[in-house]
Amino acid sequence: MTGAVIEIQSLTKRFGGTTAVDDLSFRVEPGVVTGFLGPNGAGKTTTLRSLLGLVRPTSGRATFDGRAYTELADPLGTVGTALEAASFHPGRSGRDHLRVAAAAAGIRDSRVDEVLAWVGLADAARRRVGGYSLGMRQRLGLAFALLGDPGALVLDEPINGLDPEGIRWIRVFLRDLAAEGRTVLVSSHLLSEVQQTVDRVVIISHGRLAYEGTLDGLESGAVARVRVDAADRDALARALAASGAVVEAAADGLRVSGVDAERIGSLAFAAGVPLKLLVPEREGLEDVFLEIVGEGEIR
Amino acid sequence: MIRSLRSELRKISTTRSWWVLALILFGWVGLNAAGIAALGSVLVDQSGGMVGPESIPPLVYSTVTAVGYVFPLLFGALASTAEFRHQTLTPTFLATPRRGRVLGGKVGAGLIWGVVFGVVGVAASVGVGALVLQLTGVHPDLGSADNLALIARAAIAMALWAVVGVALGVLLPNQVAVIVVVLAFTQFLEPLLRLAANFWEWTAAIGRFLPGAATDALVGSSIYALIAGGAADALEWWQGGLVLGGYAVLFLAIGGLTTWRRDVT
Ligand SMILES: Nc1ncnc2c1ncn2[C@@H]1O[C@H](COP(=O)(O)OP(=O)(O)O)[C@@H](O)[C@H]1O
Ligand SMILES: [Mg+2]
Repeated sequence: MTGAVIEIQSLTKRFGGTTAVDDLSFRVEPGVVTGFLGPNGAGKTTTLRSLLGLVRPTSGRATFDGRAYTELADPLGTVGTALEAASFHPGRSGRDHLRVAAAAAGIRDSRVDEVLAWVGLADAARRRVGGYSLGMRQRLGLAFALLGDPGALVLDEPINGLDPEGIRWIRVFLRDLAAEGRTVLVSSHLLSEVQQTVDRVVIISHGRLAYEGTLDGLESGAVARVRVDAADRDALARALAASGAVVEAAADGLRVSGVDAERIGSLAFAAGVPLKLLVPEREGLEDVFLEIVGEGEIR
Repeated sequence: MIRSLRSELRKISTTRSWWVLALILFGWVGLNAAGIAALGSVLVDQSGGMVGPESIPPLVYSTVTAVGYVFPLLFGALASTAEFRHQTLTPTFLATPRRGRVLGGKVGAGLIWGVVFGVVGVAASVGVGALVLQLTGVHPDLGSADNLALIARAAIAMALWAVVGVALGVLLPNQVAVIVVVLAFTQFLEPLLRLAANFWEWTAAIGRFLPGAATDALVGSSIYALIAGGAADALEWWQGGLVLGGYAVLFLAIGGLTTWRRDVT
């Protein structure tokens, strides 16, 4: 199976005076899990709803293999969707919720029971959705996404509200779907939530693209620093600063950037300052993420 | 369109509101039919030939629309507004992204369920009404072609009212607002307007196009038409049907161009 390529082209959406999505472009390829990241209010949901024909973009296009969602001959068979705050009639059972969609898409009813069993809702299928927990609603949302056995999956914050067991389950599930050749686009406001699951990330901030690429590429953007200390801390700081390094004093030593650990060692040796600590440090991915989306400095 | 229709039919059969409303419809129409049948038989006895026994059954049988049309109307309006209220427009438009098709499916489903309401209502007005007539010694006259035609047209009117409700719910997606509007208009405003319209000839000419008046024209009889009298000539039965359908088309056109095209967020 090969899923559709998702393409967002110069997408802009304004709600009155608010620009929710601002000239956004990116591509999502089949066969990998792509994370769609950004803090709350960054415009993820608006982008996905525009892609799915629920929101009319102010300008730009969003397509599956070049076709708008509203032009797809078999929408549920092409794209499976679970949107944030998935909406159900509380008086309808989970099974009936899916049967309503199955009828609209010309999907046989036996498929409904299949997907319900798949997401672990077989026992609750005939109960009213009004009594479901948030995690069960998320699972029902996923069952809806899988109903048409689609080549592409668009999931808005699917991990939100799942219990730890559910989180482990969905991670494996998404990886399996991508391994089958499907296109998988998963949004989240937390990098850590999807870090172990995604191969590529698209990061947006204030509706604009902030980063598109692999997780490794994101990591290499991290600022390398070295924590270093000596009995004569001042002498060490002078020697390092003289060679152009950026030195910050901290309670547990100096934080140095601009030069690597090896260079610091030889500078200290040349200055005759014996070191008692030399530790290369890397910023965590989460810090890089926060910095990219412009929330790093606020903290 | 067929798929959409099947989906919309399922939406209705999988929730409670249709049978709750159908049950109340049966009770309320049955009560009114019984009351009018009993009253009518007394009238026939006491009037000394002024009121013929053949004038009573049409009044009894037409209670289905005279007092019952508000139920398919509410039913249709609730079916449409539920999608907005519970945000189920999202899965609906995901499964059927062409919104016009969804609207078509809703109208079709409204019509079909409206027939169900018509059958339930007629079962009450004719079932209970004819029984009471029989018991009080007035001939139910169920064999007459006029009465049978009246019963069939009453069922059609109920189906049309369900469609008007579906259309109204699209035009006014706020569920509370639509319930208030429906109850205020049908229970209070329209009866007043119909009475007031009879003061002048020109207002009476317009009054014929009020939805309740059009319903009476379509059905051919009603206790209201009797009370209000008729300064202007009533519409033909088919014209009454067209007027009701016209309301549905008007609401659908405006709703379809406004609320139905909005962003679903
Ligand atoms: N229907 C709407 N009307 C007005 N503003 C909206 C609407 N939907 C979203 N927004 C605004 O658009 C911005 C992006 O929101 P959203 O796409 O939900 O972000 P995210 O999913 O990344 O949290 C926010 O500022 C939000 O307030
Ligand atoms: Mg969101």
